[in-house]
Amino acid sequence: MSKTIMIIGAKSDIARAIAHEFASKGYNLQLLARKSDSLLKGVADLKIRYRIDVECFEFDVLDFKSHTVFVNSLPLLPDVVVSLVGSLGDQHQSQNEWDACESVLDTNFSGPVSILNVLANKLEERKRGTIVGVSSVAGDRGRQSNYLYGSAKAGFTAYLAGLRNRLNKSNVHVVTVKPGFVNTSMTADMDLPERLTAQAEQVADDVYQAVIKKKNTLYTLWFWRYIMLIIKSIPEFIFKKLSL
Amino acid sequence: MSLSGWGGYPKTKAKAIFFRDTGELTRQVSEASSFIARGMGRSYGDSSLNNSCVLSTNRYNRFLEFDSEAGIVKCESGVTLAEVIDISINLGWFLKVTPGTKFVSIGGAIASDVHGKNHHLDGSFSSCVNSFSLLVPSGEVVNCSRSENADIFFASFGGMGLTGVILEVEFQLIQVESAYISQTSIKAANLKEAMAAFENAKETTYSVAWIDCLANGDALGRSLVMAGEHASINQLSTNIKATPLIVKPKPTLSVPFYLPSWLLNKLTVKAFNQLYYYKGKAGEGQLVDYDSFFYPLDSIHHWNRIYGRKGFVQYQCVLPLANSYEGLKSILELISASGQGSFLAVLKLFGKQEGYLSFPMEGYTLALDFPLNSRLFSLLEKLDSVVSQYDGRIYLTKDARMNSRFFAKSYEKQLNRFLDVKKKLDPDNKLRSLQSERLGL
Repeated sequence: MSKTIMIIGAKSDIARAIAHEFASKGYNLQLLARKSDSLLKGVADLKIRYRIDVECFEFDVLDFKSHTVFVNSLPLLPDVVVSLVGSLGDQHQSQNEWDACESVLDTNFSGPVSILNVLANKLEERKRGTIVGVSSVAGDRGRQSNYLYGSAKAGFTAYLAGLRNRLNKSNVHVVTVKPGFVNTSMTADMDLPERLTAQAEQVADDVYQAVIKKKNTLYTLWFWRYIMLIIKSIPEFIFKKLSL
Repeated sequence: MSLSGWGGYPKTKAKAIFFRDTGELTRQVSEASSFIARGMGRSYGDSSLNNSCVLSTNRYNRFLEFDSEAGIVKCESGVTLAEVIDISINLGWFLKVTPGTKFVSIGGAIASDVHGKNHHLDGSFSSCVNSFSLLVPSGEVVNCSRSENADIFFASFGGMGLTGVILEVEFQLIQVESAYISQTSIKAANLKEAMAAFENAKETTYSVAWIDCLANGDALGRSLVMAGEHASINQLSTNIKATPLIVKPKPTLSVPFYLPSWLLNKLTVKAFNQLYYYKGKAGEGQLVDYDSFFYPLDSIHHWNRIYGRKGFVQYQCVLPLANSYEGLKSILELISASGQGSFLAVLKLFGKQEGYLSFPMEGYTLALDFPLNSRLFSLLEKLDSVVSQYDGRIYLTKDARMNSRFFAKSYEKQLNRFLDVKKKLDPDNKLRSLQSERLGL
């Protein structure tokens, strides 16, 4: 029987690439997004290319109270869950206006935690499944340019580590994905170094491999593991003086 | 970013926009002073280049509808022919018209009005397209078909993207029993024999010849002529009969970097051509899968890099049937004497063709690559004058260097008709490519 993957936050470029990657391997799709109507053209494309089932669900990650009901009403509990919810926000605005800051913290941390809590319990009960959380290298060390986004991601990374530890005995695997620079509409206005920047399709391929090989932490592209190793190893008394 | 066509000559820098939806595209178009759409960048010269703004359809590539009962596909213009084959071949559908590579976009196939090995029977790409929508410089989206805005519809085939940005396209596929071609190969010792073989194959769906353009004297124009039909199930061998529509994926090779340009010289190419000709087996009923038959070069990614970093120019001309023999003879003599041409030259007999700037006309077409060097352009000028003398023309999709006088003369009959449509759609002449600027299009 073919497997099903749930993609939470299905509108982003990486989500689209992940949908194509798993669909090409025969997975049926559950796509969750706000204003899910806008997914429809993409759904037709996925169905035509891969002859799989695709279902769209109206879902608001910030509407925490709705999450339990939502999961209970699912027609089918998926084999793989990927959370791609997140938003870069604007660091300057976030440090000055609480509403903006709260939105960054909720979108990158509280929201994904709220929905994954419910799904994790279900998968634990079933004793099978994989949860993929897309965090960020920005969570590895706080930097002045994006530490509100970064700290939410750091929290999410720690959440995923804990979840992995808890679910290990229930045969549910948790993958933490830390993308570096990715060429997407979220980064369209940034001038990214070409050699360090991944295409969304490369990230999707890495995620698929990580799910199959049950990797714990995936840096994508791979060399970000070493870039972050260096960044993490800079002593704080030097690091605090850098303009990063 | 730095851009070039498939030939790697010329190169230019431009802002490239990768749009996903028409809203984004319309915004870009309203801001740009001039622009041209670009698909897979498989036109060879400067057709998809512009110094200011290039609108890439690479991410505008969703399938919208596929009626697998009727074989009708509707998709966005960035979808490639390879992707169309991927969704359709297993269900018994194939492209009605396909060029020698499947890595072209549907939009590009319309803009170039590409032709295939069946042009003599089935015409150019226009023959399979039912309708498309087009974004014109005013920001308006125009629906085009044979019954709606027919002049814009036809002008866009072979229009090199100069009528607008092609958006959603609906086209018809053909039904096939298998993914295989039953092929007949004929060795032709010279040009006369090759042309006779094409005449004999006039009723066969597909025909094409590989021609040795360095052979001279009695062997001038020696060729391997290949004719083929879609194989029916009962023509298949027993081991593939069970899955007639499935072809096992083949390993693909890649040229990982530019080879040094001295590698392909007169000696190596001559040796290759000799070998290819003598190794070629004449025979009937050879079964080959569609990939090997239609897209032999697609299995080598980046094959254009074998010509080195400087790039190459492909020259493809067509001569009216009555002048074909004399004209081809002069052209082949010039090439053979220059020692320049390369391997993989192709000869083909076209059928009749209607249209605006579409390339084909009834007669023979010859296509071959020339690595870029200092002597090349004077040779190509000489070839131009022969083509001109025999009332032929060259294919805009391959062109990187012809002059505007030759262009205007050789496309004279259709040019004004095309320019009338273009002026109507684009009064400020915002749709421009380096090629259209060079040719005064």
